[in-house]
Amino acid sequence: MSTETAAPTTNAAKASAQAAFKENLRQYGLVVALIVIMLFFQYMTNGILFLPVNLTNLVLQNSYIVVMALGMLLVIVAGHIDLSVGSVAGFIGAVAAVLMVDYGFHPLIAGLICILVGGIIGGAQGYFIAYMKIPSFIVTLSGMLVFKGLLLWLLGGRSVGPFPTGFQMLSAGFIPDVIGPLVLVPPTLNASGNPMPNTGLVLHTTTMVIAILIVAAMLYFALKSRRARESHGYDAEPFALFVIKNVVLAGIILFLMYKFASYRGLPNVLIVMGFLIVLFVFFTKRMTFGRRIFAMGGNEKAAKLSGIQTERLTFYIFGIMGMLAALAGLIYAARLNQATPKAGAGMELDVIAAVFVGGASAMGGVGEVAGAVIGAFIMGVMNNGMGIMGINIDWQQVIKGLVLLGAVAFDLYNKKKA
Amino acid sequence: MATAPMNAQTNAPATDTLLEMRDITKTFPGVKALSNVNLNVRSGEIHAIVGENGAGKSTLMKVLSGVYPFGDYSGEIFYEGEECRFTGIHDSEKRGIVIIHQELALVPLLSIAENLFLGNEQTRFGVIDWNLARRRAADLLRKVGLREDPDTLITNIGTGKQQLVEIAKALAKDVKLLILDEPTASLSEKDSQHLLDLLLEFKRQGMTAILISHKLNEVKKVADRVTVIRDGQTIETMDKDDVTEDRIITSMVGRTMEDRYPTRTPNVGETIFEVKNWTVHHQLHPERMVIKGIDLHVKKGEVVGIAGLMGAGRTEFAMSVFGRTYGTNISGEVFVHGKKADTSTVGKAVAQGLAYATEDRKVYGLNLIDHIKHNVTIANLPGVSSGTGVINDLAELKVANEYRKKTNIRSSSVYQITGNLSGGNQQKVVLSKWLFSDPDILILDEPTRGIDVGAKYEIYTIINKLAEEGKGILVISSEMPELLGICDRIYVLNEGRIVGEMAGHEASQEKIMRAIVRGEEKAAS
Repeated sequence: MSTETAAPTTNAAKASAQAAFKENLRQYGLVVALIVIMLFFQYMTNGILFLPVNLTNLVLQNSYIVVMALGMLLVIVAGHIDLSVGSVAGFIGAVAAVLMVDYGFHPLIAGLICILVGGIIGGAQGYFIAYMKIPSFIVTLSGMLVFKGLLLWLLGGRSVGPFPTGFQMLSAGFIPDVIGPLVLVPPTLNASGNPMPNTGLVLHTTTMVIAILIVAAMLYFALKSRRARESHGYDAEPFALFVIKNVVLAGIILFLMYKFASYRGLPNVLIVMGFLIVLFVFFTKRMTFGRRIFAMGGNEKAAKLSGIQTERLTFYIFGIMGMLAALAGLIYAARLNQATPKAGAGMELDVIAAVFVGGASAMGGVGEVAGAVIGAFIMGVMNNGMGIMGINIDWQQVIKGLVLLGAVAFDLYNKKKA
Repeated sequence: MATAPMNAQTNAPATDTLLEMRDITKTFPGVKALSNVNLNVRSGEIHAIVGENGAGKSTLMKVLSGVYPFGDYSGEIFYEGEECRFTGIHDSEKRGIVIIHQELALVPLLSIAENLFLGNEQTRFGVIDWNLARRRAADLLRKVGLREDPDTLITNIGTGKQQLVEIAKALAKDVKLLILDEPTASLSEKDSQHLLDLLLEFKRQGMTAILISHKLNEVKKVADRVTVIRDGQTIETMDKDDVTEDRIITSMVGRTMEDRYPTRTPNVGETIFEVKNWTVHHQLHPERMVIKGIDLHVKKGEVVGIAGLMGAGRTEFAMSVFGRTYGTNISGEVFVHGKKADTSTVGKAVAQGLAYATEDRKVYGLNLIDHIKHNVTIANLPGVSSGTGVINDLAELKVANEYRKKTNIRSSSVYQITGNLSGGNQQKVVLSKWLFSDPDILILDEPTRGIDVGAKYEIYTIINKLAEEGKGILVISSEMPELLGICDRIYVLNEGRIVGEMAGHEASQEKIMRAIVRGEEKAAS
């Protein structure tokens, strides 16, 4: 609202602040849901969930799902679906293994080739979807079969591994502590003079420094954008809400980073993930490219008549999805340290579930990157927590299925009420 | 109230009253949609309900038909002398109250017969008897004057005929009170006439009807009485003899409408837009020529109308020019500012300074699940972003607020979801979108379809302002008075050809119709 009109300003300002709050309400709800679920399992597992080693594991276990969820969010917002990502990830893992183990390629070159191949696979599927107008469900269903088959063919029934150490670092490595560890409580030594596990408290200093830099940058940009809004006469959200939001967010980041720091520091893969998340948030929120995806998903005909090249956009989206599936395949292979014929099976369903739990609409046009990431972690924490509790895999599936249904039902119920 | 000491019999309405709705109040969260509305419909009459969009007409009909069940509203409904408490649409249909909604509820890929008996299948021992269904369908189609095979798929007949199928469907349910919500909104003049005649014929046979309409001339033509609703309240009910357009409009908008069309002194400059020998073939049947060599031009500051019947090819022409969004085998030339222009994609057309605001804003115009701000900027995102494609949030907000004010969009803020706006305000969002792309030539396709008198006036004002700013405007409309009211020059289009061109002050409905008929004769000979 501009401040030019005198009387209605306060009302309108209130309305637009309320609208902004409502817009974010879902996200707050998701964060709260994730925290509640984590606290629940923390209690049920007698405190194992929040152990530094387990939190680190949680990240490693879910990293490839999160990476693919970013692309899947674009796909689903655009009004499509991609069922092939699991098979493509598995296939790319095999390609990487053949290149590195059988032909001795350097991990970096092999990795780049793999991501390029992923992009070509995604682009090819995108071509059929965008230009031939074949429903994405069908194109990617056939893609799923094709790449599952190619994976089996390429590996010929064997598992290929192990990978060169450099490549393993993608999933198993941690950033080096260039500053040097900070010993808060020295660990107890065992008979042979080595530190015993779970004793003492040694912080990975570089991780903590990075944490503080991230929080500082976050607060700086939040304040800056708030200032900018105010100086142009647009009301920002209420100050109290602004403070609470940022303090809570900063607290969560510092807490998690502290946990990582007291284990082995930041996992390499978390750096990759974090970079991609920030990139995709920026993509969807601030760039014309992202805005056009939402416009297309909301009403493709209107988008087309507004001059958006919907075919090309769809093509790009699937290309990006293919590259992310390839990256996920690399992360997964590096984590297992081998390429197996079963790699990637069923992964697409976890990815799609994460995006829907995160609040995306199956009709297209609605969804958030942050939501998809939190959705992936909600599913991941449940996997992890139920695993520690020793719940059988059969019941884990049942519970996860019900959570997915419940989350979407709750969402629709809320929308109807609003 | 049913529990009140005074019982329903002494309270019952007079005998010639078929329906009486008393003190109907219906609230939605935060909004009072209806407050103490009264409606009295006599047996055998055609009762028109008029009011601006969002006045509560459709809500009232949903209360009547049980879409909002008893208990969801307060007030009483008396039908055929007894109080009714419908809990669903089935209850009201059982009593012979059938409503035909503005958006037709037909299944496109089923046949006419299948649609006629949808949910009311002609069965014997639980099995559908297709011979019986077809025979009854043929009967019903004869009654509504539709000469089509009952096995024809709905998708293969036009909107006008589909409307007749809806009416036949109502007849299949033994209708006593037929409710038509904006039945002629998407019909051509000819189809509308047929529909209204049919309504009068049914009246002679004793049927009662409620007609919700924006078109005052047709209300005047068929209605026995008219009830005006404004802001969820009954304003007045008048008899046929008292009905004048002025009185209805005054009641509807709550103020006198001096003139339905704002005045403008035309200041016409040089030709800025010209189309030569434009030929287009049908999208799906490339052997059929839809546009047959059209030549037309628009001058700077000029408002040019395209009149014609439904199916004349007006929208097809506009869309084929605007980025070839319709048709195949398109040939012909477009000139902008005297230079040959490439408009073969929407992007190129926009770059040439063209804009096309669609006739169907919900399907082709807006992202209904997103808010005003995003809809306004979507056709010109570079206008609010840096060269690298990063959107400047504040610049975008500023633009959205500016156009919201400029086109007078009524909303709580630019963050209101466009799907929740009234038709008139949605149209203003579509206009804002195109104004922000800063075109020289605007093609407005049915810019006031389905919006109320007040909003229409605002749209005309915007059009006038644009003309004064020196833009060329091409208006496509099925409402001839509208073209006569706002255009400097009018082309008449019929079956893909221009069959007449006249200056606005010389034009009349008769002249336009004569041009169409002459064109048809010429085509036939």
